[in-house]
Amino acid sequence: MAVDRGRNLGKGYGLLAPTLVVMAMGLAAPLLLMLVTSLKSQNGISLTQDWTLAQYGAVLGRASYRSLFLRSVLISGAVTILTVALAYPIAYFVAFHARHKFVWLVALTIPFWTSYLLRVFAWKIILGFNGVINSALERLHLINQPLEFLLYNPFAVVVTLAHAWAAFAILPIYVSLEKIDRSLLEAAGDLGDSRLRRFLRVTLPLSMPGVIGAAILIFVPTTGDYVTPQLVGGAKGIMIANLIETQFNAVGNWPLGAALSLVSMAMVGAIALLFVASARAATKAAR
Amino acid sequence: MKNRALTLYAFAYLAFLYVPVLVLPVFSFNNSEFIAFPLSGFTTRWYANLAGDSAMLHALGNSLKVGLVTSLLATMLGLSAAKAVTHYRLKGAGAALGFISLPLFVPDIVLGISLLLLLGAGGLPLSLAAVVLGHLLVCVPFALTVLVARFEGFDRNLEEASADLGENDWMTFRRVTFPLMLPGIVASLLLTFITSFDEFLIAYFLSGTEATLPVYIWGQLRFPARLPMVLALGALILTVSVALVMVAEYVRNLGVKKPMVGA
Amino acid sequence: MSFLAISQVSKAFGGSPVVDQVSLEVPRGEFFSLLGPSGCGKTTLLRMIAGFETPDSGTIAIDGEVMNRVPPHLRPTNMVFQSYAIFPHLNVFDNIAYGLRKLKLPKPALRARIEAMLATVRLEGLGNRAADQLSGGQRQRVALARALVREPKILLLDEPLGALDKRLREAMQIELRALQRKVGITFLLVTHDQEEALSLSDRVAVMESGKILQVAAPRELYERPANRAVADFIGEINFFHATMREIGPDSFSVNAGLLGVIQLPIANLVPGIKPGDHILLAIRPEHVLFAPEGLAGEIAAATFLGERSHFHVRIPGRSDPVAISGTVPPPGDAVHLQFPPERLIALPSRPN
Repeated sequence: MAVDRGRNLGKGYGLLAPTLVVMAMGLAAPLLLMLVTSLKSQNGISLTQDWTLAQYGAVLGRASYRSLFLRSVLISGAVTILTVALAYPIAYFVAFHARHKFVWLVALTIPFWTSYLLRVFAWKIILGFNGVINSALERLHLINQPLEFLLYNPFAVVVTLAHAWAAFAILPIYVSLEKIDRSLLEAAGDLGDSRLRRFLRVTLPLSMPGVIGAAILIFVPTTGDYVTPQLVGGAKGIMIANLIETQFNAVGNWPLGAALSLVSMAMVGAIALLFVASARAATKAAR
Repeated sequence: MKNRALTLYAFAYLAFLYVPVLVLPVFSFNNSEFIAFPLSGFTTRWYANLAGDSAMLHALGNSLKVGLVTSLLATMLGLSAAKAVTHYRLKGAGAALGFISLPLFVPDIVLGISLLLLLGAGGLPLSLAAVVLGHLLVCVPFALTVLVARFEGFDRNLEEASADLGENDWMTFRRVTFPLMLPGIVASLLLTFITSFDEFLIAYFLSGTEATLPVYIWGQLRFPARLPMVLALGALILTVSVALVMVAEYVRNLGVKKPMVGA
Repeated sequence: MSFLAISQVSKAFGGSPVVDQVSLEVPRGEFFSLLGPSGCGKTTLLRMIAGFETPDSGTIAIDGEVMNRVPPHLRPTNMVFQSYAIFPHLNVFDNIAYGLRKLKLPKPALRARIEAMLATVRLEGLGNRAADQLSGGQRQRVALARALVREPKILLLDEPLGALDKRLREAMQIELRALQRKVGITFLLVTHDQEEALSLSDRVAVMESGKILQVAAPRELYERPANRAVADFIGEINFFHATMREIGPDSFSVNAGLLGVIQLPIANLVPGIKPGDHILLAIRPEHVLFAPEGLAGEIAAATFLGERSHFHVRIPGRSDPVAISGTVPPPGDAVHLQFPPERLIALPSRPN
């Protein structure tokens, strides 16, 4: 239409180049370096010269690592399901019933823009042994002793992450609900569907892309989260990222850390792709 | 009926989102070193102490420096990439955009340590400059999203009309493109600043001896006596962030027909 | 030398030709239209004249000067965009004054000129109105004013009335015509609406697939289309297959199947047809007559259109119904049609 279609393409690439260069420097090169590092061994304070797959052997071989991967995936899975399930009704509310949609959306996303660290810290003091919940319940004489199950376990991690990632789930679901042509719903009603049926037969299926998008958006980053498990997970709730961090700080085994990172990214990526593919197949089969 | 239950749910959800965060300001005025009920009286001493905490103020200065530089660079890079992609039919534009947005799909810890490796390989020291690079990785995609949306909502004919009416490229940019992009630019600056200012993990790996504010706070978390002060600081940071975000969202939607929200 | 001279201009996008060896000459002061369906290349041609696209080959000259290398902001043309492209951050006054910045007019002179233009487009008093508070018709007039105030040699209009509803469109058409007569500038209009082109223009170029099919005044286009594509595009028309028999000095004869052998005046013959060629006979619905005898058929559909009625008549042995309008049919569905020979045009049976 009114896009420069031929002349000055050079200008266009020129404008794009600096950004691409910075991103290549900051992402592509370092990741490549990480791959290289993962194929070496730590020798004192430097890396060995030879290439080896020993790190990958260690990562995939040790049972404790494997169970850590499993735990991370399960925690993220729980967070994803919880967050998406809680977010769907509110996304639906804003898309179909709210009168000032913009205000609602801003109100729902503002918490997302505040410091993640501070939000996790807030949960730590809420769930603590002498924390907000416990002291409140004790004060109200509802319990005699502080509840111990609140903090330093996977439960705390799941609750904290679900709270932190709530906004991420709302937006994609909202967008896909908003896009639904309202006349489709009217047509369904006209053809005899009750409100519930209409929801199940038209709204829900059409909003599936948003739900799937939200699930991926939450699952992928939460598996690699560091701050939440570190602050509220305790020994029972740590996840892969915490292990990786120790390789780079306390332990000093960078190749192992690199291998752990790459394996976990590959694994999470594979799970995500599998999920999307099976979700698509399920949606097609349901037609 | 369904509306009533849903509306209740919506407000309850909103409460769920905000109440935990409100713990920080509430207990920052609590006259006790213990963060528990019952509240022991009102005090502002934790806030007063902040003013004298030179280490904290130094970290704050670092965060401001990093934040300002990051937001300026991210917005500039985002601006040129957004213009390139919306104004020219470039082959591989989709792939380029995907590549630029990739950091959003990589866990921060991987971003942090991979940059650590890069510094090590290049013999470069840990520093605030390294933090800026790390922050650019996560901020440029945000800047790009805001600016591309702004460009796309921009009638391309407007620049052609300006040329048709006698203005060359530079004057067209000055008289039409820039004024109309300005809200998007301001929103991008604010949002990337907040993102950088609040970012912890990448800074943790790359800042070395010059801590940013989140890294400083992290260091304080292991000292129970310091917790109330952390609450006070946290409450301040939250207030400022919220204010900036509200300004950014307002500005972002100036002169736009369909409201744009979120990242 | 013509005022606007387009000579063998071609333009291709990604390998497919959008404008194909187009040549046109437009004299000064004419209201000229480019008419054709979407994708025929008319907008691309317009944009090449404005300078937003460069021809791959050929030249465009305005008032004797070749424009190919001249960028849009230096050309003596101004354009009214389909979307109007009103600057949202400026009010009406500043929008119209936008292109006058380089003239550095003193404030009183500038004000006078803008006020005069506001009066010309009948927007007096709206100088302070914000851009987002204008109706569709008002935006269109601001776009016109903004272009005309620069006194261009040629005003280019890209489907300017497409976004308006029917009544407003008809009113604006009348205004546009009057405006052009008043300012005397050459207007070049691009449209897909043949009624619009025919009612506004001194001459029309009909385009299809990047080529010009015919350039003529509206009446001639309607009554003497050069080929099937033009005939089909402009108004409604009936076609009959026929074969050319003999061509004489004053008349020619055809073998027209259901219509028999007919003698037609030579003026109704498009040049280039030889005896023995397959041809099409074309006749407009308003020229077909109901009669006591003639081709027999049955009324299949009747539409009441206010000032006239329109009928479709099924003829045995013919797949398409014949369209006839205007005259009053006899009672009953069985009718006879007559086709006055002087109203039948002979066209080549290939599309163009």
